[in-house]
Amino acid sequence: MTDAALDPGAVRAIDLASDASRARLRRRYRAEARFRAYGIAALAVAGLFLVLLVGDIVIKGLPAFTESRVTLTVTPQLSQVSTDGTTGADALRGGDYAAPLRASLQELFPEVTSRQDRRRLFFEILSGGAGDDLRRRIMADPGLIGRPVTVSALLDDSADMYLKGRLTGRVERTGRGTLAISGATGDVTLDSPGAFRDTLATIKKALRDEAAAIEAAAGRVAQRLEALPVGDPRRATAQAGVDADRSRAAALRARAAAPEAPEVLGTDTPSELVAVNGGIVKLTSIGPSQAQGRVLVPLGTAGTVSEGAWRTITLLQPEGSRRLTDQHIAWLEDMRAEGLVTRHFATRFFTSGDSREPELAGLLGGLVGSLLTMFVTLVLCLPTGVAAAIYLEEFAPKNRITDLIEVNINNLAAVPSIVFGLLGLAVFLNFFGLPRSAPLVGGLVLALLVLPTIIIASRAALKAVPPSIREAALGVGASHQQAVFHHVLPMAMPGILTGTIIGMAHALGETAPLLLIGMVAFIVDTPQSVTQAATALPVQIYLWSDLPEPAFQAKTAGAIIVLLVFLFVMNGLAVVLRRKFERRW
Amino acid sequence: MVTDHPETFHNQGPTTVNRMADLTMPLTPAAGLFTANEAKVTARDVTVHYGEKQALFGVSIDIPERSVTAFIGPSGCGKSTFLRCINRMNDTIPICRVAGEIRIDGADIYDRRLDPVLLRARVGMVFQKPNPFPKSIYENVAYGPRIHGTTTSRQELDEVVETSLRKAGLWDEVKDRLDQPGTGLSGGQQQRLCIARAIAVGPEVILMDEPCSALDPIATARIEELIFELARNFTIVIVTHSMQQAARVSQQTAFFHLGHLVEYGATEQIFTAPSDTRTQDYITGRFG
Amino acid sequence: MIALYFVLMAIVAVAAFTVGAARGRRLQAAGLRLHSLPAYHGLFLAALCTVPMMVAIAAWAPLAPRYVESSAIAALPEAARPTTGLERDARLREIVLSAEGRLTGPAAANVEAAGRAYLSAQTTSKTVLIIAGILAALAAFSWGLPRVSADFRARNRFETFTLVVLIACSAVAVLTTLGIVSSVLFETLRFFQRYPWWDFLFGLQWSPQTAIRADQVGASGSFGAVPLFVGTSLIMVIAMLVAGPIGLFSAIYMSEYATPRFRSLAKPLLEVLAGIPTVVFGFFAALTVAPFIRRAGEALGLSVASESALAAGLVMGVMIIPFVSSLSDDVINAVPQSLRDGSYAMGSTKAETIKRVILPAALPGIVSAFMLAISRAVGETMIVVMAAGLAGNLTFNPLEAVTTVTVQIKTLLTGDQEFDSAKTLSAFALGFVLFFFTLTLNVIALRIVRKYREQYD
Repeated sequence: MTDAALDPGAVRAIDLASDASRARLRRRYRAEARFRAYGIAALAVAGLFLVLLVGDIVIKGLPAFTESRVTLTVTPQLSQVSTDGTTGADALRGGDYAAPLRASLQELFPEVTSRQDRRRLFFEILSGGAGDDLRRRIMADPGLIGRPVTVSALLDDSADMYLKGRLTGRVERTGRGTLAISGATGDVTLDSPGAFRDTLATIKKALRDEAAAIEAAAGRVAQRLEALPVGDPRRATAQAGVDADRSRAAALRARAAAPEAPEVLGTDTPSELVAVNGGIVKLTSIGPSQAQGRVLVPLGTAGTVSEGAWRTITLLQPEGSRRLTDQHIAWLEDMRAEGLVTRHFATRFFTSGDSREPELAGLLGGLVGSLLTMFVTLVLCLPTGVAAAIYLEEFAPKNRITDLIEVNINNLAAVPSIVFGLLGLAVFLNFFGLPRSAPLVGGLVLALLVLPTIIIASRAALKAVPPSIREAALGVGASHQQAVFHHVLPMAMPGILTGTIIGMAHALGETAPLLLIGMVAFIVDTPQSVTQAATALPVQIYLWSDLPEPAFQAKTAGAIIVLLVFLFVMNGLAVVLRRKFERRW
Repeated sequence: MVTDHPETFHNQGPTTVNRMADLTMPLTPAAGLFTANEAKVTARDVTVHYGEKQALFGVSIDIPERSVTAFIGPSGCGKSTFLRCINRMNDTIPICRVAGEIRIDGADIYDRRLDPVLLRARVGMVFQKPNPFPKSIYENVAYGPRIHGTTTSRQELDEVVETSLRKAGLWDEVKDRLDQPGTGLSGGQQQRLCIARAIAVGPEVILMDEPCSALDPIATARIEELIFELARNFTIVIVTHSMQQAARVSQQTAFFHLGHLVEYGATEQIFTAPSDTRTQDYITGRFG
Repeated sequence: MIALYFVLMAIVAVAAFTVGAARGRRLQAAGLRLHSLPAYHGLFLAALCTVPMMVAIAAWAPLAPRYVESSAIAALPEAARPTTGLERDARLREIVLSAEGRLTGPAAANVEAAGRAYLSAQTTSKTVLIIAGILAALAAFSWGLPRVSADFRARNRFETFTLVVLIACSAVAVLTTLGIVSSVLFETLRFFQRYPWWDFLFGLQWSPQTAIRADQVGASGSFGAVPLFVGTSLIMVIAMLVAGPIGLFSAIYMSEYATPRFRSLAKPLLEVLAGIPTVVFGFFAALTVAPFIRRAGEALGLSVASESALAAGLVMGVMIIPFVSSLSDDVINAVPQSLRDGSYAMGSTKAETIKRVILPAALPGIVSAFMLAISRAVGETMIVVMAAGLAGNLTFNPLEAVTTVTVQIKTLLTGDQEFDSAKTLSAFALGFVLFFFTLTLNVIALRIVRKYREQYD
């Protein structure tokens, strides 16, 4: 080993002082900082997403927990609430309890006479189930018939969503300057020097924006047009479209360019309501100092009102694209101004079953269905899982069969949940002929689904019990089984339970297999047994999420909040259990 | 460049006090014994805590350059702990606190401004169990030059790899299979590969933490021979359990016991005429 | 009545236990030295009597509905008997509704009669079950009771029984797998009898609407599954592009950089993400992310489908982040400290150590983590059901709507369907493909992980 390679200079030492070396070191540390930043960024993205998800759902879901009602004084007549003029329970059950409510509403808005307006007022402001509370009260005390009763009547879902501010953006301003109104009903003229200038400017700006959008779209089409070969017949049609769009945009710009010219408000522009003298006027055209309008709720008097005694309400969503017309909203605004509208905690959300009417739909069916399903799952998979774990951990000889079972369990844990649905459909429904949509089948399928989880958790818990315990029991002459069942299993129980709770939480949120075994039907009644048709909480969420009404969106998010609270409690329980019984042997 | 390793717990309160004390403190008997070679590593009053437990008590020592210094002592006596202080490997253990002063060529290595990354380029280390990276033999050796950017061309890198492998006495055995995984070598070869890997960076000091404890006697003999050769160019500090090994390869020997440096001197003297009874007892096999 | 059977079983068990234990105690009182404690004699008898009852109901369960249904059909007049499977299903539904009094509108006389036959057949079958169960239990009891004697090894017998029960429970997992394989396999084979398998696997057109009547338009469905495979892969790739880097970097940061304090905060965050049900992710994807992407795309002048693959893929990616990160975390932690020490001792920075030593060493484990994540993404149902489309577009454009295997399985199998139609059977064929694809990925991944762990143990 004395060759030239041992020359001390052959391996160069690092020159730590040179500029190049310093620069390299700086580069290396920059790379280090960058790498570290990627890690933080990754976690931040995950955290941000979680915050967004939970925040979005809470914001969307909170309206589901309250409901709006209108306070009405009604005088129920026997002829309305009884089918045959008697006060027998059957006769009262079939009565029309919405009729007295309708009469009371009619008193509130006596000017509503047209067929269309009456339909709107009676059936689109009030909920279809508004009379239910009154029915309950009268059936409990028929003496109320013929006497004035104050009831809090449930509002329809759209009205409810409007009052919660979810249907349209709404801006309310106190009027500036005095306002002169030409009449109390019908078409009126409103004069107020300069009061409408800001609103008009906003409308003009919207026109400019729309013109710009049209021009941009036309520009894109024109660009694509260039790609078409000359002489292509599509070229001419497209060119005509572009020209039409451009002239429309030019017209809009011309309107926008004249700041004092009045603008007509239609169903495709935001609506402007003016609340004055106890009535509501909808503006149909607007200039800087004068506006034309139509009275939606009659005014007390016409004439001039002073500054501050009137207000404007801007509804940002155009009338044409929302579920409530300005007339509906004017009634609601009027009732709200009179203090008749109240907000209550929606106990109905937890105590009633599903419904086609969003304001009447509740979670009870889903909750009970989930409870029954979870009961079946727990009863089946806990004993089976623990028994399997005991066998594999304590008694199984190490051979190829147990090896196979082990590999099999690990793989089963990773099988997609929908495949378990196929199993349930083919085996439990078609082969064993068990009832469709029943919690029994749902529970069976979910039990098979979480079985691997429970076996794996139970085995870990059993493994954590030190062998000394087992040996001590065997040492005093216990059989192997006695040692396991008397000593090892009780010590492993907290761990097993923790695993079970986590598995059950997983099962509670599982949806896909339940869809395949038919737990997706629309079911109003709360299931009474494990063989009746039922739905489950996550399936209810899925069903509601498919419905178009915004109120159902809120219900969906509300149901998700309930589900997440359940999962949170279950997982919290598992953590507490683990902390409490965590033992170090 | 100030390092931002969160695990660096040095230079806290007590260190300042110790620094002050250093200036006036008389040298311990262990220090300044050797004049043949200049002291490469000097340690003064080094103490180490692992959490609440103190592992080293005021160790002061001068390690001469281009020679082999052996640390001996029973298990848990602090010799490995002290070794790991010399290239600040203890920084990677969150609960470890080091106080006192260690200088290499007069520069304080626990200075806040000193970068442990550069320190470790100057002070290489070989571990108890061979730990080649799961890469090819070539890549194992080339790893250091690559990260430190000491070579500029592939040709240069090839040269460094070859020189390092030659110095580690492994070249002839592996030159035809440089692209095979380093983990496929025998234990002794793996350890020599780790030595080659350390040499490739061009260190001045090489720390060896019981480098032969996982090897058979023949492989051990090869490594010992290698250590002897390497001492011509490098300052080598070796922790060993085997007194025979210490006697065979080292010029100086330090005996540690219960976290204290008990005795330090020329190997011959330690093994023939120890001045401390504990050293005597250990060497003669009364405990350990 | 079935509940009654189980109650009866419990009563039999308690009674047998009491009698057995009492007999044991009497023997003991007579001064005999028993081999086993009296309680074991009771347990032995209880087990002996309940097992035949279990066997009885297990045999009854699949047979009863067939008997009941065929009796109901037999009660219909010759002319009204159904000829096709679909007709039979519809007729049976009508009969059941009539029997349970839930039929809206008046029932035809023959249906009502069939309903009565249905009910009486049901009663008969249940009565038979209960009588058979009681007889079986009594037979077992009268066989077992004389055996209770001083030197009868009741404990050993009972422990053997327990062991058999334990083994049976372990076998449930295997039976589940067998059940899955057989249920998808048989239906798939039936599907391939009607539809050539190469057209299924390589056909480019997916339109499963088969006509009920022969004269309807588009009478034959087309079951080329390639658009579904492409759609599934597209969403999976998007999901992995999200989950791969984020999950891996999270794992690296958590295992190499994070202080214990930070870890104790960040780990629950990922666990919460992992615990959110997929239906919640689906809701978020369909109602928040998809409209957002659509608006963003429109602002950029792109046409985005309202059920774009991108929205479903992004959200699915977030769903599997915790999956990737926890598996990667495990494999990174399994890399021995000595490799890290070796790298640090040469003066490499943390990032260099991770990039050049730890990740290459952990590579097999990370690959298997990704494979498991892919299998999870491919098998995920709710997110795609709610946020992806139904039409089988053959496209690689993430802004268009695509459909996936799981969406089609769900769509084909929900609602009323004839069990024997090609449409229904095709869902099982898709399930078969899905099951074997994920199974293969899992087996390979788990094998790699096992090898990897052995390497560093």
